[in-house]
Amino acid sequence: MPTLVMGKPELEEALRPIIERYKGGKGITIPLLAAVQEKIGYLSGESLDFLSREMDIPAAELFGVATFYAMFRLQPQGKHVVRLCRGTACHVQGSLRVGEMLQRHLKIEEGQTTEDGLFTLQFVACLGCCSLAPVMMIDDEVHGRLTPEKAVAILETYRKAD
Amino acid sequence: MSKMIVKVGMSSCGIAAGAGPVYEKIESLVKERADIELKKVGCIGLCFHEPLVEIEKDGKSTVYGEVTPESVEAILEGKDQFTPILSHAQEAPENSMMGKQVRIVLRNCGQIDPQKIEEYEQRGGYDSLRKALSGMSPDEVIDEVLKSGLRGRGGAGFPTGMKWRFAHDAKGDSKYVVCNADEGDPGAFMDRSVLEGDPHSVIEGMAICGYAIGAAQGIIYCRAEYPLAIKHLNKALEQARAKGYLGQKVLGSDFSFDIYIKEGAGAFVCGEETALIASIEGKRGMPRPRPPFPAHKGVFGKPTNINNVETLANIPWILANGHAAFAQYGTEKSKGTKVFALAGKIKKGGLVEVPMGMPIRDVIFEIGGGIQNDKAFKAVQMGGPSGGCIPAEKIDTPVDYESITATGAIMGSGGMVVMDEGTCMVDVARFFLSFTQKESCGKCPFCRIGTKRMLEILTRICEGKGKMEDLETLKELAPQIKDGSLCGLGQTAPNPVLTTLKYFEHEYIAHIRDKKCPAKVCSALIHYTIDPAKCIGCTKCARACPVSAITGEIKKPHLINDDICVRCGQCMKACPVSAISVE
Repeated sequence: MPTLVMGKPELEEALRPIIERYKGGKGITIPLLAAVQEKIGYLSGESLDFLSREMDIPAAELFGVATFYAMFRLQPQGKHVVRLCRGTACHVQGSLRVGEMLQRHLKIEEGQTTEDGLFTLQFVACLGCCSLAPVMMIDDEVHGRLTPEKAVAILETYRKAD
Repeated sequence: MSKMIVKVGMSSCGIAAGAGPVYEKIESLVKERADIELKKVGCIGLCFHEPLVEIEKDGKSTVYGEVTPESVEAILEGKDQFTPILSHAQEAPENSMMGKQVRIVLRNCGQIDPQKIEEYEQRGGYDSLRKALSGMSPDEVIDEVLKSGLRGRGGAGFPTGMKWRFAHDAKGDSKYVVCNADEGDPGAFMDRSVLEGDPHSVIEGMAICGYAIGAAQGIIYCRAEYPLAIKHLNKALEQARAKGYLGQKVLGSDFSFDIYIKEGAGAFVCGEETALIASIEGKRGMPRPRPPFPAHKGVFGKPTNINNVETLANIPWILANGHAAFAQYGTEKSKGTKVFALAGKIKKGGLVEVPMGMPIRDVIFEIGGGIQNDKAFKAVQMGGPSGGCIPAEKIDTPVDYESITATGAIMGSGGMVVMDEGTCMVDVARFFLSFTQKESCGKCPFCRIGTKRMLEILTRICEGKGKMEDLETLKELAPQIKDGSLCGLGQTAPNPVLTTLKYFEHEYIAHIRDKKCPAKVCSALIHYTIDPAKCIGCTKCARACPVSAITGEIKKPHLINDDICVRCGQCMKACPVSAISVE
């Protein structure tokens, strides 16, 4: 998902239809924030402030929800998001070593984005593909039965494709 | 000649293993063939051999595993020599994996195309809803569920009929039925497979529940990590509405009921009922004290009944076959079947459904085929971060709620992660604590700070810096965290530590006193060395090392610099003469 860089008027214009869709509904905070993130790539401080003013929801409440759930990010992310599964089955099948290898290879820590903006690395709880463990998901594609070398080789195919 | 039916397992893990290209290839081959019907089905259950293709012909069914686009043609012609055949004939030993199972929840998984409501109907789908609406009072439905002995499959095991009774008796102008599909336990994928492979069974179960308790609104709270499940659910809901199983005046009765999907946003604690309700309402998913129970004050303050996916998928079967048919399976207190996700160091990992009361040994060794590479079985983890590790000496424990709880673990939602001699139990305990500590919502201090302290201690022990007193501190902290927490997350968070301490204390002591990790997992306590007598100087290890910790001239013994080494084990795998060992 691309992260859009936009000025204030563009941002407000981009958010306006989303605000119209959710304004006044009950229990809408999570889908609202998800829609904003989908649109601009992450939840910037400006976008949350704007939502708060326009929808009459305290900014603290929006930040509270945004920081509670793993799905929301307050920082822009790389072109490809690498989610390495750190669930139990993957753990006993050696996903920690895969994770260490990916961090070394990309020269970033978990949760960070490479300098060229190509990859964001995340460790996630469970992708539910336990019989293919260890598993990682790059964008929407799942890659299973990993070894440290295989994981790096897969990453490189994404780099080459760009 | 009878028609040949070709089924391709297209659940998320099937797709991850490459079922997509296999399906496309078959499609291109059979496009013009009227004698062959091609189907996309859900999880067949034999996940260890994905991608799977099942061929039904002349009343016989054959499952092919690890199918590739290249092998498809030969399989269709029945002359493939290379692909493993899983259940060619009744006498095939591989059949024991299916033979010991009883499929109630998974009755349609892998059999029908989940995106075609007609296929569900052909197998008796929605007949139970029709039966309830046309001839049973809500009380009679509840009685039937109560008599079946069905207990909540989400983990706690509360009798489902009783829960329905509470919600039925609660006063309110509107009520909700919630399906808890926030399958957060790492190592569990039962609910995902049911939602992907047979979404209508859950929808029908919810509609029957709605009728029984007097609710007009259903909500499926599904984790956003399951996009395919959500897609199939949406499609199924649309079809059910079009056919009159949902909406105003369902099947011409006075009962109106509809369902919408609420996507979770990634928080383990939302599997807890009151946290789930808060999340549905759009708030931070933090639990609150009970009472009031959700049956009285749930979603938006209205009476709410919350059941897990597997529980609901049982309902149509119970109504169709009667409570006695259901209760014939299982033990005195745990009736019916349980679905397990077998994973970890097991030969035949996958999705299995067994009658309650089957010994764990049969599940792991007969159905699961035993331990990978025939290593020694060490323990099985049940119940995820809330559960515990059941050791080899307890392997004959029957799978029922009470027996599993007596070991210190819990039945949980059905994840079974198998561990062998190469799994470090201290590391496993630390793994779970780091999970619960991260997922603690922070409301109760004992959970928030207590899990943090426990994690620090476990990390210290794994790094060889532990003290013997640490074990006492862990044992002291555990009951305090259990007692001082509002919800299931905190109340069960110490279980992985307590069970590993109970059954594997010697491993803790080895880490602390001998500074050794017996399973050779904990990085700080292991060292890789090259035996100069065996090393042939081929340089393969040096090339495999990601941090250039190995030096040596070609054809001369190499050396590992222990200070640089990151203990990834790549060199050991690369060595052609087994000259590298780890201690």
